[in-house]
Amino acid sequence: MKTIAIAWRFLWSRPLAAGLNVLLLSLGLASLSFVLLVSHQIEKAFERDLAGIDVVVGAKGSPMQLILSGVFHLDVPTGNVPLAAVNELEKHPQVAKLIPISLGDSYRGFRIVGSTPDYLAHYSAAFAQGAVWTAPLQAVIGAQAAAQTGLKVGDRFAGSHGLGGGGDIHDQTPYLVSGVLAASGSVLDRLVLTGLDSVWQVHEKMHEGDTALDAEDKQALEEEREVTLALIQYRTPLAAVTFPRFVNTTTEMQAAAPALEITRLLNLIGVGTDVLRALAGVLLLTAGLSVFIALWSAVRERRADLALLRMLGAPPRKVAALLLCEALWLALLATLIGVLAGQGLMALLGWLLQLEKSVLIGALAWPPGLWWVPVLAVGVALLSALLPAYEAYRVPVFELLQSR
Amino acid sequence: MISTRQLAYRYPGGPELRFDDIDMAQGGVLLLRGVSGSGKSSWLALAAALLAPTSGDITVAGQSLKALGKVAGDAWRARTIGFLPQQLHLSSALSVHANLAMAQWAAGEPQDDVRITQALTALGVAELAQRKPAQLSGGQAQRVALARAVLMQPKVILTDEPTASLDDEAARQAVQLLQATATRYGATLVIATHDARVAANLDGQIGFQPLFLGRSTL
Repeated sequence: MKTIAIAWRFLWSRPLAAGLNVLLLSLGLASLSFVLLVSHQIEKAFERDLAGIDVVVGAKGSPMQLILSGVFHLDVPTGNVPLAAVNELEKHPQVAKLIPISLGDSYRGFRIVGSTPDYLAHYSAAFAQGAVWTAPLQAVIGAQAAAQTGLKVGDRFAGSHGLGGGGDIHDQTPYLVSGVLAASGSVLDRLVLTGLDSVWQVHEKMHEGDTALDAEDKQALEEEREVTLALIQYRTPLAAVTFPRFVNTTTEMQAAAPALEITRLLNLIGVGTDVLRALAGVLLLTAGLSVFIALWSAVRERRADLALLRMLGAPPRKVAALLLCEALWLALLATLIGVLAGQGLMALLGWLLQLEKSVLIGALAWPPGLWWVPVLAVGVALLSALLPAYEAYRVPVFELLQSR
Repeated sequence: MISTRQLAYRYPGGPELRFDDIDMAQGGVLLLRGVSGSGKSSWLALAAALLAPTSGDITVAGQSLKALGKVAGDAWRARTIGFLPQQLHLSSALSVHANLAMAQWAAGEPQDDVRITQALTALGVAELAQRKPAQLSGGQAQRVALARAVLMQPKVILTDEPTASLDDEAARQAVQLLQATATRYGATLVIATHDARVAANLDGQIGFQPLFLGRSTL
């Protein structure tokens, strides 16, 4: 018989205590895994959607709102800016790439984003079927949006006004689906994409419905054309120093650096994860105490049994190792259950978020930080077992021989 | 065989216990007689190399225990000494079979199912191998514990009050079983007891040597 096998039997000889300890340890480890996984996934999601975007230019207002609405499509935009002003920026020597974004409508809760094919290229989008739009009022559907709405190439749909649901339906100007994107995990998955001119046409048609427009009116409308914001990639990193100031002081627009705003946001979330982490710590501490008490009383109860093992020739370190082994079993079981529960909660959260059409978070992941879970489990279990094991180590065999 | 020379042991801060010299041939029976507190436990502990004598020497199965270190003592005890305690201490978490397997584990030996079955068969309890100790009668449990004691084929079997709380008939059977088992394994049998029925039931043909304790304290 192996030490681990005997330890396993001894552990489950008191099923209630063993079960309680596994439960307590698992709870602590599950909360810890969950916090670690959530922060990892959110950071990863932000990082992925932010890749290659150095600055976002849009209407004045909260810079974080601008980033959240323009890059992650989570918040409402700060307003619109004239297309002409954005086109001016594109000529700026420090700008390598400028992607205009026009927001305003949605289809069944999925945002209809007017942009250029550059936007698709920026996230290296691949098509599951069809191709990019070639004419106004054609649309490309993100993977998740397609899955939830059932739209496929050749379908027609009408957007509704506003970013939530329930706005006026633009049923005079239906879109034709020209392509469906393959899932990439990026923000594109939950968007409906179309050309900038589609967005303009939809809203200009809206006015046309009331009165007929003559050529002059159309000309005026074209001059007043707006976009919501622009995603900009710098030509040199040095531009980060001067370009935002240039935009903020010489134009009616504001420039917001996503890296800065996301750091700010993650710090805000960080307070929350710190609280959860502390809670997990308290749970682990409680679990550690419980394991300690259980092992301690087990040693007390089994004092004579342990002494008998010594009488049978087991060296003290072998008896102590038996106790440590019991603790290790607890750690192993709790790690398994804790990590599984953490991943399960994470998957549940991911599912809820995608139902909300919010940030997409990935499936199973093992961020390096998660190694702390088994390390902590073993640490807590061994620490709790230390004193009981020492007690077992020096169990007085002699007591066994005392006549009663 | 067991022999002692001016064997003495003093507990830290306690009185010194002196034991009469004995010389036992291999296969004999030694009766340790004396009331509680007379030093029976100490003598057993000395013979099992759990305590080292403060003076004098004890030689068990050809090994002088005075010189034996603690680590060597554990290994020596595993091979040489079989022990039947008064409280049997069969582990309730394990089956009868696993209880014996644990003895092999404690001795640092690989598990040997054949030997376990042999030991259980010799004591007539092979069919109980898969039972838990709680499912055994008192007599069955004692046989299992005795099977555990002889599993490593020891040269010496130490028993502590084997007839305590047994009625006369059961006590007679227990003593005869002990003696028969020791004979079968060729082991020297040491019985620590204050029960006069033990001496009365020992097979007089083989003979036994009593060692009276409790006279030579202080």
